Amino acid sequence: MNWHAVQAIYMFEMARTRRTLLQSIVSPVISTSLYFVVFGAAIGSRIQQVDSVSYGAFIVPGLIMLSLLTQSIANASFGIYFPRFTGTIYEILSAPLSSFEIVLSYVGAAATKSTILGLIILLTAGLFVPLHIDHPFWMLVFLLLTAVTFSLFGFIVGLWADGFEKLQLVPLLIITPLTFLGGSFYSIHMLPPFWQAVTLFNPVVYLISAFRWSFFGQADVHIGISVVAILSVLGLCLAVIWWMFKTGYRLKS
Amino acid sequence: MIVTSPPSPVISIQNLTKTYSSGFQALKSITLDIRRGEIFALLGPNGAGKTTLISIVCGIVTPSTGTVSVDGHDIARDYRAARARIGLVPQELTTDAFETVWDTVSFSRGLFGKAKNPKVIERVLRDLHLWDKKDNKIMTLSGGMKRRVLIAKALSHEPEILFLDEPTAGVDVELRRDMWRVVRGLCDNGVTIILTTHYIEEAEEMADRVGVITKGELLLVEDKAVLMQKLGKKQLALKLSTPIDRIPTALAEYPLALSSDGAILTYTYDKQTERTGIDTMLNDLGRTGLRFTDLESQQSSLEDIFVGLLETPR
Repeated sequence: MNWHAVQAIYMFEMARTRRTLLQSIVSPVISTSLYFVVFGAAIGSRIQQVDSVSYGAFIVPGLIMLSLLTQSIANASFGIYFPRFTGTIYEILSAPLSSFEIVLSYVGAAATKSTILGLIILLTAGLFVPLHIDHPFWMLVFLLLTAVTFSLFGFIVGLWADGFEKLQLVPLLIITPLTFLGGSFYSIHMLPPFWQAVTLFNPVVYLISAFRWSFFGQADVHIGISVVAILSVLGLCLAVIWWMFKTGYRLKS
Repeated sequence: MIVTSPPSPVISIQNLTKTYSSGFQALKSITLDIRRGEIFALLGPNGAGKTTLISIVCGIVTPSTGTVSVDGHDIARDYRAARARIGLVPQELTTDAFETVWDTVSFSRGLFGKAKNPKVIERVLRDLHLWDKKDNKIMTLSGGMKRRVLIAKALSHEPEILFLDEPTAGVDVELRRDMWRVVRGLCDNGVTIILTTHYIEEAEEMADRVGVITKGELLLVEDKAVLMQKLGKKQLALKLSTPIDRIPTALAEYPLALSSDGAILTYTYDKQTERTGIDTMLNDLGRTGLRFTDLESQQSSLEDIFVGLLETPR
């Protein structure tokens, strides 16, 4: 293992976060706070409890997931796309680095950032609603697992994208709708049976469900199924990245 | 073309070909050995395959067929050992923008698997006159300074082999001088240098050996001195006392050329041959009644040789 290189890339990426602190940390916190104000306080006060949890508290896991998914993808995709865009990728490719080390450092940094962000949002939420976490250990596990999985997905997007607009495209047009429709703000049991069945094709449902289970001990989908679903997405992302490096997709001609 | 070299070349390239997915064949069976500690200049016009060749050795481009070993390490099977020995200064000014000079050069050292060593970084930065810019963000630097940063990055991990891809394209005289001073210093310390350049006079001045590449083929690899000797023509220019319209028929059999104003007669000869024919030509010239007021002989430069090689129909 070339640990010096892994450390160099990881620290480089973390330094980028510090430079863009406002964009990386502050703006998601502000937008999440706005969700709490609108959905939690203003509208939420008129909504009765969902699954015996107050609506304000109920949306906390979904809100954290919403930011975690979009930020993991944004961080990881930008991290690998930017050197491709500027051409500095030549140095990464010519360095004595394995594909695994490249992925570990970029995805590790992206996942670290979004995990920190997730925890900050959790603390912010604590200012608006009384927080209760049934399974703190599993909460952290799901937080990390989701951050890693979607950072891997972001890495794929960053390799695939051949322009800045494509970087925005996936989080904006795919992930945000899937998260909104994945039960961030409602229990899928509130949907008519047909849409409940359709929703089960949305992988984000399983993430939010599992994460919510760690908070309140109850889930839309059985926790075991959720874990299998998350690990499947993780495995799929790893397989795609493996293929990309094997073929040199968009990296090596 | 197969070129044999003394034992243990530092880079050994065997039957290397590269065809891009577009179908463009950038390299056609290149076989080349680079000797340890030499300065090797790769000359060729744009699109000749120079950058592709360098990029393959450095691991940026995947070869279609053939093998490359660096200090005995295959670049595919044993890429870590191979790449750790190499520093690359790319042709394009590809730098980060928001990092400081110090950070980006230290980053490169880490990337190549070396532990932090501020003393090495300081030495590299001082050598390249970057020390007073070490805390500047790269985006604030001029093009020439960015070029220095790229060289500093390539040297940060103390490579045994340094690739310089058109390093002096568009840089000022001062930087060029600095750069060659650094290159000579590295060479004195046993670093092997492979450079491509359009400034042939620099290859002539700097290189131990020269390879000429065009359309993906290596036309020749030769010691610079031997190349100059082998292919170098000498020319004898005679300034005539009275300009003439055309070369007298009595001199038609000699390789003579007349300048457009009819005042200078140039005799081209091969200095390798024992008989240059100068004496008989001058005798015949005397018989025609032509007189000259001055004469000058000159040897063709590497540039002339280079242009001559590329123009030769193949």
